[in-house]
Formats: sequence, C-alpha cells, structure tokens
Amino acid sequence: MAETLLKGSGITQRWGGLVAVNKVSIELERGTVHAVIGTNGAGKSTLINILSGEFPPTEGKIELLGKEATNWSQAKRARQGLGRSYQRNTIFPDFSVFENCRLAAQAQVQRPWVWWNDAQKCKQSVESANRALELSGLTEVKERFAGLLSHGQKRQLEIAMCLAIQPEVLLLDEPLAGMGAEETDRMLKLLDNLKAGHAILLVEHDMDAVFRIADRITVMVNGSVIASDTPDQIRVNPDVQTAYLGGH
Amino acid sequence: MDKLFSGKFLFIGLVFAGLALYPLFASSYGLDLVAKIMIYAILAMSLELLVGSTGLVCFGQAAFFGIGAYIAVMLSPESESANLLWLLPASIVAAAAYALFVGALSLRTKGVYFIMVTLAFAQMAYYVVHDTKLGGGTDGIYLYFKPILGSVIDLNDAKVLYFFTWVFLVWTFVFLAILLRSHFGRVLAGIRINEQRMRASGFSTYPYKLAAFTTSGGIAGLAGFLFAVKDGFVNPEMMSWHLSGALLIMIILGGLGHLRGAIIGAFAFVFLQEFFKSSEIFGAFSKHWQLGLGFTIIACVALLPKGLVGLPEVLHKRLYGSRPRDAQVVLK
Repeated sequence: MAETLLKGSGITQRWGGLVAVNKVSIELERGTVHAVIGTNGAGKSTLINILSGEFPPTEGKIELLGKEATNWSQAKRARQGLGRSYQRNTIFPDFSVFENCRLAAQAQVQRPWVWWNDAQKCKQSVESANRALELSGLTEVKERFAGLLSHGQKRQLEIAMCLAIQPEVLLLDEPLAGMGAEETDRMLKLLDNLKAGHAILLVEHDMDAVFRIADRITVMVNGSVIASDTPDQIRVNPDVQTAYLGGH
Repeated sequence: MDKLFSGKFLFIGLVFAGLALYPLFASSYGLDLVAKIMIYAILAMSLELLVGSTGLVCFGQAAFFGIGAYIAVMLSPESESANLLWLLPASIVAAAAYALFVGALSLRTKGVYFIMVTLAFAQMAYYVVHDTKLGGGTDGIYLYFKPILGSVIDLNDAKVLYFFTWVFLVWTFVFLAILLRSHFGRVLAGIRINEQRMRASGFSTYPYKLAAFTTSGGIAGLAGFLFAVKDGFVNPEMMSWHLSGALLIMIILGGLGHLRGAIIGAFAFVFLQEFFKSSEIFGAFSKHWQLGLGFTIIACVALLPKGLVGLPEVLHKRLYGSRPRDAQVVLK
C-alpha cells in the first residue's frame, strides 16, 4: 500500500448559491501522478486552491502527511511540504531565475532577524535553489532575468520554484498550458522524474498528456466527482464518455 | 553591471562626503536648511522601505514623525536638558509602538483601502494633538533645553546638531541597505512583486509586513526627534497629511525602489520648494509657489518615469543608444 501524503475528504465549497466543489474526496499517494480533469468551471482550480490553503473550504477535512491540516494557513502547509504551481505564471520577473528559486527556498530557512547577513550567501537556500534548477533543467539560464524567459521556460520555473521548497506533495495547475509539443515532452519527462519521490496532483486540459502520465484520473463535472479510476478504466467509463469525452 | 553598481556607491559616498564638508562654508541659514533636508531624507527613506521595497503605500507617515517629535519635547524636563541616551530611544520606541498598532490593523487591508486606513490613523493622531491640551493644541510646544549627552554632545549647538543628523542619515542608509539584501529584505521584495506566491512558498507574509511597518515607523520617529530638536518647537502641522503627501512625492520624484532615490527626492523637493518660494526670482508670483512646484513635479514624473535615479540611464540612452545589459545581464 502506497503512502498517502495528502488526503481531502468531503470537500465542499459554496459561493453563495453556487456549489463550486461538491463533497469531493481525493487521496494523493507518493509515487503517483493523480490527474484531475473536467470542463472549464468544473471546480478543479477551486479544489487546488482549497487543498493548498488559499482559502478554507465551506466543509470538509484535509490531512497533510497524516496530520489534520484543515485549519493550517497556506504558508504553514507549504513549510510542511506542500508545493503548488499556478495556472498563470507567478514568477518574479525582475529577479534572476536563480533568485526566484532561492527566495522560494528561503522559506525553509527563515531567519528574518539576522538582518545583517546577505541573503545571497545563505548556503541552504542557495543549495536548494541549485538543486531545483538542476532538476527542472534551468541551470543554463539561471543568471537570466525570469521575465525574459520563453513561455515554456517560465512554466518550468514555476515548477522549479515549487521544488525549491522541497515539497513532498505537488499540486500543479495546468503546467502544460500554452506549451508546444517539444516543451510538453520535456515537462512530462520532468514530472515522470519527480513522480518517485512525490505525490503529484495534476490539473490539466491536454488529454493526451494526461493519459500518458497519470496513474489515476479523477473526472469532475459541475463540482462533483463522477469517476475516479485508472486511465484505462476512465477511457471506457460510459459516464465519463457522455459527460466529458463526448463519446470519443 | 559592476560599473553601474560601483557608480551607485561612488555617488552616494560623494553625497555623504559633500554633506559632511558643507558646514565648513555654510551660512547658518544654509546649515539649518540642509539639516532639515537630511531629516526629510531620513523620513523619506523610512517611507521608501514601505512603498518602494514592500509595495505598501502608506499615507500616514507624518503621524510617526510627529509622535517622535512630540515625545522628544513632552518628555524633556522644563528647566534642564534631557539625556540623549534615553530621550532618543523613547521617541523611536513611541513612534514604532504606534506604527505597530496602526500596522496590525491596517495591514489586514490592501491597496486603496490600506492607503485610506493609514491616512485615517494619521489624522486621528493629528486631531489628538490639534484639539486637546495634551500637546499644546494648535500652538504647539517649545523645547527650551535641547537634549545633551554629558559634555560630549550638546545639541544646542547648530553644528553639533548638523553632524548628529548627518550621522543618522548615513546610519539609516547603511542600515536599510543591509536590511534590504538580508533574508528579511528579500522577502519584502517578494511580497511587493507577488504576495500570493510568497505565501504559497511558505512565508507568512503578515508578520513580515508588520515588522517592516514598525521598523519604518521607528525610523520616522527618529526623524521626528531630530526635527523637534532642530527647531526647538513642535506643532500639529508636523502630523498633517500634507507632509505624508509630500513624502510620497519625494520618493516618487527621486525614484521608487532605490534608497538613494529617497535622499535625492528629499533634496530635489525642498530645493524646488525654496526655488519657487523665492521672491527674488519670482517676485509677487512666489506667493503661488505651489503651482510652479506642482507643474515641475508633473513634468519630472512624465519625462522620468523611473524618477531622478533613472536620469543617468535616460541620458546614456539618448547619447549612446540602449545598452545590451537592458536585454540580458542580470541582477543576481
């Protein structure tokens, strides 16, 4: 039995009368990529936001690494090992690629009261940043301003910044959005590499990519889960076919 | 990059050296004016820490300045000089304490709301001294005996006061420059650009912002102390929103995001003010100095979007075309 790192049970989010997420339960295990697919407005991003602690759910419980985490702030969840990437780039364009990662890594070694030490000389965060850049294949461009990277590289940097905090769980919100075929290949290879040590939740619209990499797929429609199974089972699931894949 | 970097330090070094030598040939009027500007520069740097470095537009900096000043005067005994060793820290701590209180509440808001809440708290402090007997009302209070430190420092002497101010100007600059490249400073920069990402990385941003706000208030209190001691007098105008606004203009004029911008801005603002107020140059029109000052500031902001700090770069571009570094090389 694989180790469950993040567990959400009965997660519900209501915005006034709208039920954005309806009693969703999800488990992320180390060594697996768990994809969440669904049409626009199905509640995938809301689910990621709730799991990462952007805002608390109306109802439901979240456990991170076996600990009750429903009331933890987003920052605390991140420090405990939950990394997330955003659908839109949230990099720091004026910083170098390296400094983007180093600053993220600094969250693991916060010493704000040591005001006289140069942050650039903080060994721990420099090492974490270099490791994250190495893993995500950005070492060659680490000196460049992040704002000058290509779109694909910016998406890679988004992931690298997640990795810099040395997370065990990764929540990735459409990491492939807007990427070309070659860039997609590179990103999937990266995710495949990361899989062994991490539990990965992948929200993605690119179906080919999802079926290539996911070990488990959860399908959401209008805030509810209609199926959660292996890719092969999802492919032949009649509910999914009518609701989402349109009979392909 | 290295050239530009060392140019920066050369520039600021020359400014500090020039200011240190200035009393050798200054009139007493000039000495007082430059001391005033240096105090404004300290105050502007305290605001730069919030606005330019952390992205928190505070419209109530005058309150912390005023509290530092009022505490210096109110705690001084009436018939002898107070000891600097406790009076100066008292001013700083009082201003920082009010900043801690204001920050704790106002940092729960964002953007325009934050601007308005900080303004409201500043106006609150303003009306407390303006409308109650606590701080002498609209007349203000005099400080008859300026603080001393034994026989070493006597702030009754204008030159001693000038150098005392100079030391704190340099100290504030160096302190903030070091602070901004530390762990703490880098987090503030991250918060300015994308607070959401900072939280997602594991930073609880609220305590960081509150610490920056309190530090800024303390430095503003230091400036208030110096101002009260320089003038030997405090009145409610020191806390008015006009000063908070003028400070914002100073740092924008100088160039947001640069400590030296705050110093340059303070000098530029006060010099422009003196220039347009001068009746020798403008005759009767000098009554309308605010008009000239306003137009000049608008022109500066329009022509130099990065402030006066960006002037060398603009000139360089005009003369030699744009540099390759704009496209590639990096801030590490």
